[in-house]
Amino acid sequence: MTRVLPPLVVLLPLLGAALALAMGRYKKFQVAISTATLSLMTLAAAWLLYYVDRNGAAIVEVGAWQTPYGITLVVDRLSAIMLVVSCIVLLGVLVYAVGQGIADGNRETPLTIFHPTYLMLSAGLAVAFTTGDLFNLFVGFEILLAASYVLLTLGGTGSRIRAGVTYIVVSLVSSTFFLAAIAMVYGATGTVNMAQVAERIGDLPPSTALLLHVMLLLGFAIKAALFPMSFWLPDSYPTAPAPVTAVFAGLLTKVGVYAIIRTETLLFPDDAPGGDLRVPLMWVALLTMVIGILGASVQADIKRLLSFTLVSHIGYMIFGIALSSQLGLNATVYYVVHHITVQTTLFLAVGLVERVGESTSISKLSGLLKAAPLVAVLFFIPALNLGGIPPFSGFVGKAGLLVAGAQVGGWVVWVVIAGAVLTSLLTLYTLMRVWNMVFWRSRKEVNEGYESFLINTLVENPDADDEPRTQSTTPRLMVAATTAMVAVTVGLTLFAGPLFGLGDRTAQEIGDREARIADVLPEEARDG
Amino acid sequence: MSASLTLIIVMAVLYAAGVYVLLERSLTRVIIGLMLIGNATNLLILIMSGRSGRAPIMEDGVDPATFSDPLPQALILTAIVINFGVTAFLLALLYRSWWLARLGDQGDTLVREHEEDRELAGEIFVSASAEGEAIVEAVGASDELSPAPEAEPGGEA
Repeated sequence: MTRVLPPLVVLLPLLGAALALAMGRYKKFQVAISTATLSLMTLAAAWLLYYVDRNGAAIVEVGAWQTPYGITLVVDRLSAIMLVVSCIVLLGVLVYAVGQGIADGNRETPLTIFHPTYLMLSAGLAVAFTTGDLFNLFVGFEILLAASYVLLTLGGTGSRIRAGVTYIVVSLVSSTFFLAAIAMVYGATGTVNMAQVAERIGDLPPSTALLLHVMLLLGFAIKAALFPMSFWLPDSYPTAPAPVTAVFAGLLTKVGVYAIIRTETLLFPDDAPGGDLRVPLMWVALLTMVIGILGASVQADIKRLLSFTLVSHIGYMIFGIALSSQLGLNATVYYVVHHITVQTTLFLAVGLVERVGESTSISKLSGLLKAAPLVAVLFFIPALNLGGIPPFSGFVGKAGLLVAGAQVGGWVVWVVIAGAVLTSLLTLYTLMRVWNMVFWRSRKEVNEGYESFLINTLVENPDADDEPRTQSTTPRLMVAATTAMVAVTVGLTLFAGPLFGLGDRTAQEIGDREARIADVLPEEARDG
Repeated sequence: MSASLTLIIVMAVLYAAGVYVLLERSLTRVIIGLMLIGNATNLLILIMSGRSGRAPIMEDGVDPATFSDPLPQALILTAIVINFGVTAFLLALLYRSWWLARLGDQGDTLVREHEEDRELAGEIFVSASAEGEAIVEAVGASDELSPAPEAEPGGEA
């Protein structure tokens, strides 16, 4: 099965996309195809995770070309975890999108294009997570980015084109960095196979290795929205349709984080020449956290606000990677899983808020607790979760990261820990303000001229369209999908023990470079 | 590893020109900049493959040491295809953005409320297409004038 499963998770969505495109006229059939495809993909990914956790990494030489010459697919625990979580999120959001599409008469999300593109996005994610080859990783990135360009500009309205142009140009620049870095890696080491690069990187002069390291990180940092390169994200994500924003927020930045984990653990470990970037990464993590959350705390538009918290919380994962201790990586893996599900769920819940309250601005919304108690609960649980309130998974993940930081020690780490705690508090403040204004404040108070310092300082969304929305129904399918995703986020808390155990084995596996290189590279391809 | 100096200079010029044009405000120039940078990166991959050599075809009596490295060429081919696709999408986006800019606020409503505002939309389409025809005529006229001046003596002035 190991020879079949890794290519299968890539092939399934590709075939599904082709079929969905061919069946563009039959919308029900399209929905059936994409749901079936993603369900099968989820099953395959879950099986893969089970198998890999028991028997070690699954390695497939595509087309039977021996490893350094052909493309190698390598699925270890980290890849399998990312695949499983992505599949669950993709499936949940698909159901939500179908519910929304049925209600809206498919004006904002034209189904004919939506389903094939969405499946292509899934295929791109699968390629990026399963590959063991740098250039193939680039191709995976391009597949999912090209799909994301189409999804972001669905419908082609003015604001989406504006947002799309920013997003596409920034993504292309980051891809150029990545491609140039691959070219330089090839020039320096003579290979693009990750295991072989890892084996040869130790022989390079430190300055060359450092250049390659920084070039790769630059490309990934733009994708993951790390601090100096994060400005594009809050401007582009919120204008897309709610399900698209949800899936982008959950998955696209995490692909960048995944690539950074691979770069820091496999390609450029701390003991290799030019590999120790722990201290700069710490500062980047700190700035990403604090500046992101400060941006979030003045936003009036909930979608923009959530996009800023998204940027901010990427900082936690970078902190965990920069610690590069076993517990640090373990907590990072758990935090990535937590953040993918919770951030997606929050965006889905805000999509529901938008339908019930017909706005996404904190200063306009009110009285939703009475009007839609279920939506209120669906927002409240992931909001507390993101803010890091015990016993939710946000608390478990943050506690893990802070303990790992305390074990490593050093004044820089303590500064970042202080920043992480501050960010956590500010996240809670920001989200509780949303709760107070949108859900607790009654409509009567707003009509009588509500005044509060909490909302006087807020900045409205510059792109907001003030036309009243006519979509007042909330389909059960959307609520059901959101409820299921909330259940998944709660499940992360319930199964935190086994998940941390899995995370521990993952951290051990990605920490052991020698074993990985020996697994992937055949004896005769090794340098000695 | 040895590399051709000409290629390096061409790559540097392409990068410099690409970045310069990318920083302009107009979307058309941004796209041109991205194309230049993309091609510069393709050249970079080629430069990284080392010296030039024979086509890598195994034959009797040909020393494999004289081959050029085929892998970077495969990488470039993939990169060109990706670049091509993305550029096509960007051009479509550019056209859409130009269309919206011409129609202003009505651009958005035109798509969504096409049926409700049929008359208004009709007028805009007619005026836009009339202007479009004028542009086509002007372009056509300049094409006639410049390449073949001897066919139309009056055009030389």
